[in-house]
Amino acid sequence: MKENGNILFCGVGGQGILLASEITAYGLIEAGFDVKKSEVHGMAQRGGSVVAHLRYGDKVYSPLIDPGTADIELAFEIIEAVRYLPFLNTDSRVIVNTQKILPPGVATGKMEYPENILKELEKRKIEYIPADGFAIAKSVGEIRTANIALVGVLSAYLPVPEEVFIKVITGHIPRKVDENIKAFRKGRKLAGT
Amino acid sequence: MIKKNNRNNNDNFWLSGNEAIALGASEAGVKVASGYPGTPSTEILENLATYKDVYSEWAPNEKVALEVAIGASFAGVRALATMKHVGVNVAADPLFTASYTGSRGGLVIITADDPEMHSSQNEQDNRNYAFAAKMPMLEPSDPSEAKEFLKKAFSISEEFGSPVLLRVTTRVSHVKGLVSTGNKEASSVKAGIVKDPGKLVMLPANARKQRVELEKRLKKLENFAETFSYNRIEWGDKKTGFITGGISYLYVKNAFPEASILKLGMTWPMPEKMIKSFADQVDELYIVEELDPFFELHIKAMGIDCKGKEVIPAIGELNQFIIKNAIDPIKNQTVFDSVELPPRPPNMCPGCPHRGIFYNLSKLDVFVAGDIGCYTLGFLPPLSAIDSCVCMGASIGVSHGMSKAMGEKGIGKMVAVIGDSTFIHSGITGLVNIVYNNGYSTVIILDNRTTAMTGHQPNPATGVTLQGDAAPALDFEKLCLAIGVKNVVKVNPHDIESTYKILKQEIDRPEPSVIIAQAPCVLLPEAKKDKKAPCTTDLKECTGCGACLKLGCPAIQWNPVTALDAEKLGLKKKKQKGYARIDELLCDGCGQCVTLCKFEAITKKEI
Repeated sequence: MKENGNILFCGVGGQGILLASEITAYGLIEAGFDVKKSEVHGMAQRGGSVVAHLRYGDKVYSPLIDPGTADIELAFEIIEAVRYLPFLNTDSRVIVNTQKILPPGVATGKMEYPENILKELEKRKIEYIPADGFAIAKSVGEIRTANIALVGVLSAYLPVPEEVFIKVITGHIPRKVDENIKAFRKGRKLAGT
Repeated sequence: MIKKNNRNNNDNFWLSGNEAIALGASEAGVKVASGYPGTPSTEILENLATYKDVYSEWAPNEKVALEVAIGASFAGVRALATMKHVGVNVAADPLFTASYTGSRGGLVIITADDPEMHSSQNEQDNRNYAFAAKMPMLEPSDPSEAKEFLKKAFSISEEFGSPVLLRVTTRVSHVKGLVSTGNKEASSVKAGIVKDPGKLVMLPANARKQRVELEKRLKKLENFAETFSYNRIEWGDKKTGFITGGISYLYVKNAFPEASILKLGMTWPMPEKMIKSFADQVDELYIVEELDPFFELHIKAMGIDCKGKEVIPAIGELNQFIIKNAIDPIKNQTVFDSVELPPRPPNMCPGCPHRGIFYNLSKLDVFVAGDIGCYTLGFLPPLSAIDSCVCMGASIGVSHGMSKAMGEKGIGKMVAVIGDSTFIHSGITGLVNIVYNNGYSTVIILDNRTTAMTGHQPNPATGVTLQGDAAPALDFEKLCLAIGVKNVVKVNPHDIESTYKILKQEIDRPEPSVIIAQAPCVLLPEAKKDKKAPCTTDLKECTGCGACLKLGCPAIQWNPVTALDAEKLGLKKKKQKGYARIDELLCDGCGQCVTLCKFEAITKKEI
């Protein structure tokens, strides 16, 4: 597995994206990497599109991912998976949570939710892995574990042993630790490792 | 294992720039810290409040915050003031004269700039303040440096007797990286009252003397900059040399790992000899900096040939990609274009009390002068109910200015909307002006019991301090009456109909009025505790008229249907194009939409 990488997290405010990126970062740090993560607070939080850049390696300088250089994109919502297309390349791996959250223009009937928008990834020969984080979360009995289930999927592509992530989840998530671990494991299994 | 808040562990931990600055303040032995919330600076004081060895507070505005810090410095302790870039404009008055009085205990002012305007109304470059206020400025590149540079800023402040500016930007404040804990330091100054009128009483006779002292101090700081270890040269290939600082240094390092770099950790004053010597040894010199050509102008004034803004953009944030392409374009690289998608701008939350006010304002023929806060989002469609937004507190002055320009023709049309925290920050004087000068604007104080946009900081009207301790709560009604406003009315903004009547009545008055729209922000714990039943839609009653959609509430969703679907679903009208449905998971149960539905298709759910 690559010893340095760029992970782009994206989705909609309120989906637990920042916690997911934190858990991922702690996993990589425990595995011995230098990690930098950049996110934006304030106005951008209010139900808007949210993005976090995470970079790891021996030594990380810039906290921002260059266009065309995201190794992995973890998208928490279908439209958002396509919104950050300029960061992707044909070798990028995209993990898409198959949830739809209607943007305001769609919710008020002024626009339509673009159906089959993931074909935009296929057209550009970008591989994507659909994952239903919400279904996993429901199956473990705690709907607020969807984000950690998605970290589980992501973890299968990172140079970090499973037990390191379990330790990180135990140490950093204050409530419902068992449910979060279950969700993480189910997500990781879904990725096929 | 790395723990977020394990401060006893003498080890690395992973912090944002702002968290690192709070740690640095504690390690530097800061005794008093004051600030006003503003992205991207807010988390500095929020974190500092958790350190028991530092007194910290939210001030009503940045000017007061800096004055508090100046006072603490006069008393001989280390003091910190924190604010966002535009906050320094508010604090500029004490800032410029603090240079004259100088500091006693170490005094550091943090300016958190926001290139790209992620959460700001402008992207001013506050390095210019260092030059204009004749004050040294340090600029870290990442969280680890942010902590170290803050500590160094305090020792420089005490060594030279000058306040020091520390400038961070969004990509330093909100970037997380590994930071190691360090030793606790102590001030070299003895705390206590020392009377020194010649230095502290800035009337002309004294100020003229201090003006001369200030220039001498700046000369000393220039010499210091030449050997200061935070200004460092990293020699590499001498064909291309870069002079850079702050976050731009990391972008240059990524884009041109082989090049020679002069990293200026101290932005002002600049080390002229070091710069000249570096420039002499490289074939081509580039100045890479975000926003203004600050380094570039001063370096060119030294008579040094260099390239800067002719290739590096002066607008927005930089990154390694922009820098690389500006200087040595990446060949054969194709980057996917973005695809057109429905935009997802930030929006007011479901159940937000502001929505009720803006819905009503959208029905009235008025000019709404807006202000800075979540409610600025009232500008967005479908509400489209904010007509101007300049800066903190401007709504009231702008509204009054328009009313004076319009004369009698403007009566019934002039409204200012301003949040509780913003009103206290800089709206009160504007209201005094309206009363004093016989204006007729209606000022609506959107009192949601918190400073919401920056993440729910308490303010003088909330009855709690930064630490969550009880405090006297400012009473808006009494304050406005004391100012001389005769018409002060309280409304519940969720009650659309009665609020409309009061708005109409107050706005039509040919004299000043204040409406206090009071309902807590839905994200506050007190509002969450008081959980209301969600609203629900009866599919068979919805005619698809779209009245509820005019609220722009994220919980109300339009579902388009075909004629066939309409029949199958048993919708009310055959030619109905769709129906509205409330997402009960998102709905907060505020009930604003219940009033709007004339067909009783929306009802409150029974718990």
